[in-house]
Amino acid sequence: MTRAWETVIGLETHVQLRTASKMFCGCSSAFGDPPNTNVCPVCLGLPGALPAPNEVAVQLAVRAALALGCTVHPRSVFARKNYFYPDLPKGYQISQYDQPLATGGSVSYVAPDGAVRTATIVRLHLEEDAGKSLHDRFARVTAVDLNRAGVPLVEIVTGPDFRSPQEARAYLLTLKQVLEYVGVSDCDLEKGSLRVDANVSVRRAGETALGTKTEVKNINSFAYVEKALGLERDRQIAVREAGGTVEHHTMLYDSKANAVRPQRAKEESHDYRYFAEPDLPPLVLREEFVAEQQGLLPELPAAKRERFRSQYALSAEHAAVLGASRAVADYYESIVHAGAEPQAAANWVMGEALADAKEHSDALRVPPESLARLIALIKGGSVSHAAAKKVFAELATHGGEPRTVAEALGLVQVSDAGAVTDWVNEVIAGNAAEVARYRGGETKLLQFFVGQVMKASRGKADPKLAQRVLEERLVS
Amino acid sequence: MTAPGDIKALARATADRLSKVRRLNALLTPMTELRQSLARQAAAAHPSGVLYGMPVAVKDNICTLDFTTTCGSRILEGYRAAFEATVVGRLKAAGALIAGKTNCDEFAMGSSTEHSCYGRTLHPFDRTRVPGGSSGGSAALVAAGAVPVALGSDTGGSVRQPASLCGVVGIKPTYGRVSRYGLVAFGSSLDQVGVLGRSVHDAARVLSVISGRDLRDATCEDRDPLRLPTVPEDLKGFVIGVPKEYFPPELDPGVRRACERAVRIMRDLGAAVREVSLPHTSYAVPAYYIIAPAEASANLARYDGVRFGPRFEHAPDVRALYRATRGDGFGAEVRRRVLIGTYVLSAGYYDAYYRRAQQVRALIAQDFRNVFDRGVDLLFTPTTPAPAFKAGEKLADPVQMYLNDIFTVTANLAGLPAMSVPIGRVNGLPVGGQLIGQAFVEDDMIEAAYALERAVPALEEAER
Repeated sequence: MTRAWETVIGLETHVQLRTASKMFCGCSSAFGDPPNTNVCPVCLGLPGALPAPNEVAVQLAVRAALALGCTVHPRSVFARKNYFYPDLPKGYQISQYDQPLATGGSVSYVAPDGAVRTATIVRLHLEEDAGKSLHDRFARVTAVDLNRAGVPLVEIVTGPDFRSPQEARAYLLTLKQVLEYVGVSDCDLEKGSLRVDANVSVRRAGETALGTKTEVKNINSFAYVEKALGLERDRQIAVREAGGTVEHHTMLYDSKANAVRPQRAKEESHDYRYFAEPDLPPLVLREEFVAEQQGLLPELPAAKRERFRSQYALSAEHAAVLGASRAVADYYESIVHAGAEPQAAANWVMGEALADAKEHSDALRVPPESLARLIALIKGGSVSHAAAKKVFAELATHGGEPRTVAEALGLVQVSDAGAVTDWVNEVIAGNAAEVARYRGGETKLLQFFVGQVMKASRGKADPKLAQRVLEERLVS
Repeated sequence: MTAPGDIKALARATADRLSKVRRLNALLTPMTELRQSLARQAAAAHPSGVLYGMPVAVKDNICTLDFTTTCGSRILEGYRAAFEATVVGRLKAAGALIAGKTNCDEFAMGSSTEHSCYGRTLHPFDRTRVPGGSSGGSAALVAAGAVPVALGSDTGGSVRQPASLCGVVGIKPTYGRVSRYGLVAFGSSLDQVGVLGRSVHDAARVLSVISGRDLRDATCEDRDPLRLPTVPEDLKGFVIGVPKEYFPPELDPGVRRACERAVRIMRDLGAAVREVSLPHTSYAVPAYYIIAPAEASANLARYDGVRFGPRFEHAPDVRALYRATRGDGFGAEVRRRVLIGTYVLSAGYYDAYYRRAQQVRALIAQDFRNVFDRGVDLLFTPTTPAPAFKAGEKLADPVQMYLNDIFTVTANLAGLPAMSVPIGRVNGLPVGGQLIGQAFVEDDMIEAAYALERAVPALEEAER
């Protein structure tokens, strides 16, 4: 039935900026501290307290806007968004409304069908977060934690550009990657440093006007994005197919029940009564300031992937894996800069290094210079590929110099022709039947002999040298 | 100058003087608490401070650590601020003694100090009358001679109007001259801390101590320090504009005569006096009574009973808790303004009211710029349309009460410095004249005020 319907989705993403202190006071913006310990008169909204803007938050917001290709406005205006809620200390949230920090950007992402699509960024604005209401901490009462109150956020609003929940998710992953690259946010959905609200509507295929939208909230994990949006799409289609009309509701996603439910009408009938925040002058950004922030932007993921392909002759897939995070990309390039062959370095990073990092909270434990030297040992024939993996494990846990570690583990290959010849002679003497068969034309037995030499040498023999010596000796 | 040995005696004498005027209901601080605090402050005061030993009473909407800060409201009954206003900190650092908290209209909303949950303040010279407001407690204490100086706040005239009605000097500085950090907000784009003083000199001196940049108030500007002028020999070189819109037919004849005499004095001292026009003046009160309540409706949202202040405990849900706490905690005038403010910001009404009022505000500011651009240094107007009115007289009609601000709200809307200086008496009641200056040029205004202060009493005597 979905084929007859088109889904239209727009996303509003709140991203917590990575600042040490809050948006309008000096309190720590750290996550997870004991409740109500990072508070002061300003973020508690005590009578007489006034907001003073955090310059670092402005810098990060401008960088985020530039990374998303937005126009940063030389003058933007803070506004009060008025509503009563116990975790909103002042009774209003300081946000931006009709004159936001930035507008008109775009994000290109790879859709699930492999096509590159572009989402428009309608606006990006700065605001402060509210506190947290804890409804399940104590029986029958709601507790309020104001540690989060006043933490700086940017809200990033897309156009109604996504045609499926899968596209919405692909965009979000790309957005997260860009923001992490720029270093403006941790983008941790589980810690709430990235939060998503979605506007969802459906229309019959071929229609151009948008259907009545609902707002889906409380999507607090990437895994839930597709589920929540898919449920809401299906619900709307079912309503329309049954001849009903979609009501303009706010829907809450319940991850435990995997269901979307309308928020009570009473809670959503908001008139926010926005007006310009009189406690803060307009945010005026000099051209040089914006240029300076532009200069501080790192190479963005798409550009980096492209460069990896051309500069290091990597496949698109490898470039994507290595470019997925700035930390991994930088690690990879450091190994190459330390002299490793690009493809070999790529294989090691994508293989051993990332596997090890996965088990050690994303720490890339072997320094890039060490890994480059280890790769050099393989290339020079001093260690086998298999032995190098053992050396890598040792380097990851205890560190050290690759050659020394390989020697200590007895993994350095013997490339001395004399020693190898001794092992070869030993093997030829001990396997007369096979030698006869080989000489009778069964040359594929060569690998058997190499194996025997490796066994005799307890893995130390350079297999290439062993093969060469074997070939010589077996012929005669 | 106070010597360190004298300060304890001075603190005691201040407490004694304040004790004698208790019947005015101008001071909210209990006497025992005040005596103990003054003694403590005297011992701690820094002898090298420029205000060493000067007692300064502080309006109760300015946060202090020494006393409660209630804004004359039940919703802040017993509230002790967790921090001190920047202006209070600067006074203490300069060696001044905070001589208690003064009564005011609830959250500074009013022009008579009748809207206080602690009862009305009496006019010091006629107890049947009001001292003006909202800084009526501060004005009454200064007029009664209990303190030389008191802090007030001025959103639409709340320093200048009571100063005028009580016969003292009241200065509202340029918006952005004095930090608002710790001033409990009413209309944030209009509020400034101001000073009421027995003399121009005392008021100006205290103003210079409290003014200057404060990183905790983003609207407080980084300007050259306030220059303190000396008493001038004459006013030669000054061009003083007299805006005709401030002398309407219904102006009290006594006030008109006092103003004419003041203008004559300034002319006699060598000032060039010109009639000027500020054509949008009549729209100022309506614009003010949209903008100030709009901002107040948001500023007062935080009094919800959740984090501080009294709370209605038996509410079945959070909405009921808000309704009961705010319905019970706010007085009628505050509720009226919160409702007006909420209304004018609502969807569908914003453009017709709030946006329109902001446009009017811009036109009023432009009126002033036009006059100043044509060489006028200062404007002179009456501060109030009439002398102090009877208690209860305007309570039933809020619009009559609001019209008392007709000459003072313009300076707040335009962010300009303005002050009231006594210019005589009408039927025994003081009246003030208002000087309005250019932004961040308080010194010209203060200089002209010095001249009036010196010349008015003698001329008034001679005319009697």
